[in-house]
Amino acid sequence: MAHISNGNGNGSAINLRLKTGLAEMLKGGVIMDVMSVEQARIAEEAGAVSVMALERVPAMIRAEGGVARMANPKLIKEIISAVSLPVMAKARIGHFAEAQVLQELGVDFIDESEVLTPADEAHHIDKHAFKTPFVCGARNLGEALRRISEGAALIRTKGEPGTGDVVHAVQHMRQITKEIKQLTVLGEEELYAAAKNLQAPYELVRMVARAGKLPVPNFSAGGIATPADASLLMQLGAETVFVGSGIFMKDGAIPLNLNNDTERAEAVSRARAIVIAATHYNDPKIVAEASEAVTGTMKGLAAAALEDSQRMQTRGW
Amino acid sequence: MKIAPSIGVLALQGAFDVHAKRLAELGAETCLVRKPADLDGLDGLVIPGGESSAFLWHLERANFYEALEAFVTTKPVFGTCAGCILLAKEVSNPPQRSFGVFDISVERNAYGRQNDSVILHAETSLAGGDMEMVFIRAPRVTRTGDGVEVLAKRNGDPVLLRQGRLLAATFHPELSEDRRVHDLFLKIVQQTAVD
Repeated sequence: MAHISNGNGNGSAINLRLKTGLAEMLKGGVIMDVMSVEQARIAEEAGAVSVMALERVPAMIRAEGGVARMANPKLIKEIISAVSLPVMAKARIGHFAEAQVLQELGVDFIDESEVLTPADEAHHIDKHAFKTPFVCGARNLGEALRRISEGAALIRTKGEPGTGDVVHAVQHMRQITKEIKQLTVLGEEELYAAAKNLQAPYELVRMVARAGKLPVPNFSAGGIATPADASLLMQLGAETVFVGSGIFMKDGAIPLNLNNDTERAEAVSRARAIVIAATHYNDPKIVAEASEAVTGTMKGLAAAALEDSQRMQTRGW
Repeated sequence: MKIAPSIGVLALQGAFDVHAKRLAELGAETCLVRKPADLDGLDGLVIPGGESSAFLWHLERANFYEALEAFVTTKPVFGTCAGCILLAKEVSNPPQRSFGVFDISVERNAYGRQNDSVILHAETSLAGGDMEMVFIRAPRVTRTGDGVEVLAKRNGDPVLLRQGRLLAATFHPELSEDRRVHDLFLKIVQQTAVD
């Protein structure tokens, strides 16, 4: 695969420091899924640190089915020019040509995402070949380290996207944290077997064992819908949160109508409340006040009721 | 000064962890500032990189803006990237509110997007030779007032500046191993406390 390169990236340590550097700047903020310029503006006005430009949020992809692909470049460009925030966009797992397009458009972070229909069942994108940083989902430490070895500059839990059910984001965050803790008590000679069991490169396993944390920032995504959900994941160790369907959607996988004052106010109230909770996650009084200000409710979809084939988190390896 | 200076790092969002870690390594007492009351008793404050629009949103929501304005008007403050933008007299691209205590004009994201982020080595008037500078979606200082001392430049643009007890960088010294900029800020804090 070495010959497949866009010529822009150099895979160097310098490049990785710039990529994780941007992730540092996003910590403690909220990254919001947006499907239009109008939603992106609301996100910015509600204190988001970044927006993820999408054509359909996970809840809609789940409801409508079909093949989910990279968003139309026209939409991404419009969102880039509408806000001063860093803009992210998703490419399909393994679809390096979509990623090349996103890099060309000047997006600030590419999410190689299980939310979209995978394009390659065996290979993820060689992310070292890009100048644009990548974020990737993981359910456990081995998966996180495989993505980092491919060049990911930011890891997020997969959770179960588009459900509003936080249970799997919690499970994945706890799993990664537990496996990191376990590594820190192993002797040098035990790390080789640990690397074999994790199916991850020995050098990265050793690095994690010594530092007690991932070598890149660790965020959370997948089912986070309320201010208390954001607080929960941050207290469990997430350095910030992605929120998808939790802001601009109503029941039945339909977007809130932003031309309707009540529905617009609902979207704004949800966005603001989650931003407050992400900053003040350790202060239940402030999280309570933020939660109280939210109008409307989101029913959500219990992740436990999903058939295996409906799960997005099992995409990728 | 015998006692370690107490330095806050504004932690609404952004690269606050790395600043706090660096300051602690240099012997400062550090605390994360998320509410007006957290400013009490601090000798100095770091406003880190992040999204300046998100910082402003939090500050204006919680009646925090005025308390922070009072602090930056009287105490030593070091702003990096977004922090530099908040301290500046004028902000463009887009224009936005700022404390206006540092006599500079700043253009946000002036060097481009993340793909234009870069690590450079450039001259500085701080002792010890060239300095590594990590620029991430960096702002550009387009004007400096009379009382502003330029400590480093990037192709002619000021990137490290001092105005009395205030220090500002458009790059991220907290992401490099070089400790000279944080060292300088601690000296400013200690000197201000003595005066």
